[in-house]
Amino acid sequence: MALKLPFVPPKPPPVEKMKKSITQSEAWKSIFRHSYQDNQRNRALQIVDNVFLHLHPVRVPRHATNYSFTWGMGGITFLLFIHLTVTGIILMFWYRPTEAFAFQDMKALMNDVAFGPLLRNLHRWAAHSMVITVMLHMFRVFLTGSYKPPRQFNWGVGVILLLLTFLLSFTGYLLPWDQLSIWAVTVGTNMARSVPLQGSEGPFSNYLGLRPDNDIRFILLGGTQVGEPTLLRFYVGHCIFLPFIAATLMAVHFWRVRKDGGISGPVVSTKASEGAKYIAEKMAQKRLGQIKGVPATTNGAPKPAAPAKAPAPPKPAAAPTAASAGTPPAAAPGGAKAPPPWLKK
Amino acid sequence: MSDALHNFWLILSKPDNVPIVLMMILVIFYCWLAFKQARRNDRLGVFEATQADKVQVWPYLVKIEFLVTIIVLIVLTVWAITINAPLEEAANPTLTPNPSKAPWYFLGLQEMLVYFDPWIAGVMLPTFIIVGLILVPYIDPNPKGNGYYTFKERPFAISTFAIGFLILWVLLIILGTFMRGPGWYYFWPWEYWDTHRVVALTNIDLWEKIFGIPSKNVDGSFNLIQVALGGALIIGWLALLPMWIWKKYKEKSSVLKQMGALKFGMTAVLFLMMAGLPIKMFLRLAFNIKYIWVFGVGHDLFFNI
Repeated sequence: MALKLPFVPPKPPPVEKMKKSITQSEAWKSIFRHSYQDNQRNRALQIVDNVFLHLHPVRVPRHATNYSFTWGMGGITFLLFIHLTVTGIILMFWYRPTEAFAFQDMKALMNDVAFGPLLRNLHRWAAHSMVITVMLHMFRVFLTGSYKPPRQFNWGVGVILLLLTFLLSFTGYLLPWDQLSIWAVTVGTNMARSVPLQGSEGPFSNYLGLRPDNDIRFILLGGTQVGEPTLLRFYVGHCIFLPFIAATLMAVHFWRVRKDGGISGPVVSTKASEGAKYIAEKMAQKRLGQIKGVPATTNGAPKPAAPAKAPAPPKPAAAPTAASAGTPPAAAPGGAKAPPPWLKK
Repeated sequence: MSDALHNFWLILSKPDNVPIVLMMILVIFYCWLAFKQARRNDRLGVFEATQADKVQVWPYLVKIEFLVTIIVLIVLTVWAITINAPLEEAANPTLTPNPSKAPWYFLGLQEMLVYFDPWIAGVMLPTFIIVGLILVPYIDPNPKGNGYYTFKERPFAISTFAIGFLILWVLLIILGTFMRGPGWYYFWPWEYWDTHRVVALTNIDLWEKIFGIPSKNVDGSFNLIQVALGGALIIGWLALLPMWIWKKYKEKSSVLKQMGALKFGMTAVLFLMMAGLPIKMFLRLAFNIKYIWVFGVGHDLFFNI
C-alpha cells in the first residue's frame, strides 16, 4: 500500500492569483458570460451572447464562408454604411448647410481642419464604393438565383435599398455646394419637371395648371432652382431622413435573410418542390456517372431521391469523384473541403 | 495624338472618375468569377447541402468578415490619403458648366435622354426598371438555379439580366462618363473635348426616312398616316407581339403554360421595353432616326417615341 499523502495544491504564482481574482470577480463575470476556452459551446455563445454578432446564426452552411460564392458584397455594403455614418457624424461638426457657410466650411475642412481632407475623402470614396458594392451585391444575388422562393420579398426590399443608396449618394453630392454639386443636382432634379401629372413639363401639366412654381420639382427643391432651401432639404434628407429609412429597411433585410433560411445555397427547403426533385435527380445521375466527365463512383446503387425535409444521406462520393476525374472540386459546399480534424468532437 | 491621349488620361484620372475605373475592374473580375463557377456547376452539377455541411460562424465566418473589414478599410484609407475629393469653384447658378453631368451612377439614365423624351427616359423607364426589378422573383417561373451559379439552367434570365446590367447600365455609365463631352457630343478617347464643336442635327423621323411621310403636315397637325404606322409599330411591339406569342405558344410551351397569361404578359412587356432601348439607340446612331411615333393629344400629352 502506498502511503497516502494529503494533497497540497501548489501555490499559484502571484500573476495567476491576480488573474483569477479578476476573472472570478462579480464585475468581470457580469460582462463576460463565458470563458474563452476553445470549444463548441463557447463558440456558439460567442455569437448568441454578443448583440452585434447575434445577427449571425451559430452555424452556417460551409459555402457561406466561401468568398467566391458570396463575394461578400452585402457585408461590405453594410460595413461601408457604418463607416459612412461614423465619418458623416464627424463631418457634421464642421459643416453648416447654408448658402453663406456651406462652401466656406468645405474650404476650411480641406485647408484648416486637422485631418479634415482625410475625413472628407474617406466619406466620399466610401460613398462611391457603396454604390458599386450594392450593385455588385444585386448582381451576385441574381446570378445565384437567390431571389427565388422563399426570398422574393427580401429581393424587393433590396431593390428599395439600392434606390435609397442612390438617393443617399445623390443628396450628399449637393452638400459641398460647389459648381460640380449644384449642376449635377440641377441636371438630376430636372427630370422631376417631366413626371406625368406632377411636373410642369410632363404630360397633362397644362390640364392640371402645373407651373415651375407649383409642381413636384418645386416641392423637391423648395424653389424654382437649386438654392438654399434645396441645400437644407438635401442636408436633412442626407443626414437624417434617408439614413433612418435605410437603416430600418436594412433591419428588415437582415432579419428576412435569417427568416428565409439564411444564405441561399443549393439547399432545398420547400417540401417536394420542383427544385428538390431536380436536385435529387441530378444527384442520382451523378452517382450513376451519367453526367459527362464524371465517372461512376464505387458507392453502389443510386440512392433514392432524398426527401427534402430529412437531411440528405452523407455523400462521400463528392470529393473522390471530382478528384479522380481530374477536375476542380465540385460545386458542392462541403464535399471538397474536409473539416479540420480538431473541429470534430 | 499624344496630346489627345493626355486629355483622355485627364478625364480618366479625374478624382470622381476613379470609382468608375474601379467599378470596371470589379465588374470584369466578378463576371469572370461567376461564369467560371457557373461553367463548373453546369458541367458537374450541384449537391444538396446538408446539416453535416455546416460550420460554426465563430471563427469560420467571423474571421473572414474581420479580414474583409481590414482590407476594405485599408483600401479606403490609402485611397483617401492619395486622392483628394474634388472641390471646384463655389456654386454659381449663373454659370453653367459644359458638359453638365449628373453624378456618375445616373449617367446611364442621362445617356437615355439622347434617345427618348425626358418623361420617358427620365421618369417612365427608371420607374419601370425599379418596378421590373421588384417583380423579377414573381414572374420568373423557373425553379432551377436557386442558390448556385449556373447558366445552362436559366439561360434566358441570366442573359437578360447580364445584358441589362452590364450593357444598359454599366456600359452606358462608362459611355456617359468618358465619351460624352461638351454639348453631350460623342468623343472618342483620342479626341480633344472641344467646347465649340458643332454637329449638324440631321435626325429625322422613321417614316420620313423610309417612305418620305413627314410626321406633321404643313399646318402643324399630325400626319395621320404616320400616326397610324408609328402607333401600329409601337403597339404591335409592346402589346400585339406578346399576345401573338401567347396565342401561338401557350399550348406548346410548358414554360408559358406554367406562367399563365398575366405573368407572361408582364415579362414580355418588361423585356420588350428593355429591348427597345438598344434598338432605338441603334436606329439613332446608325440611321439618325429621331422618332418612331410622333403623336399627341392636346397641348401636353406627347408620345414622341
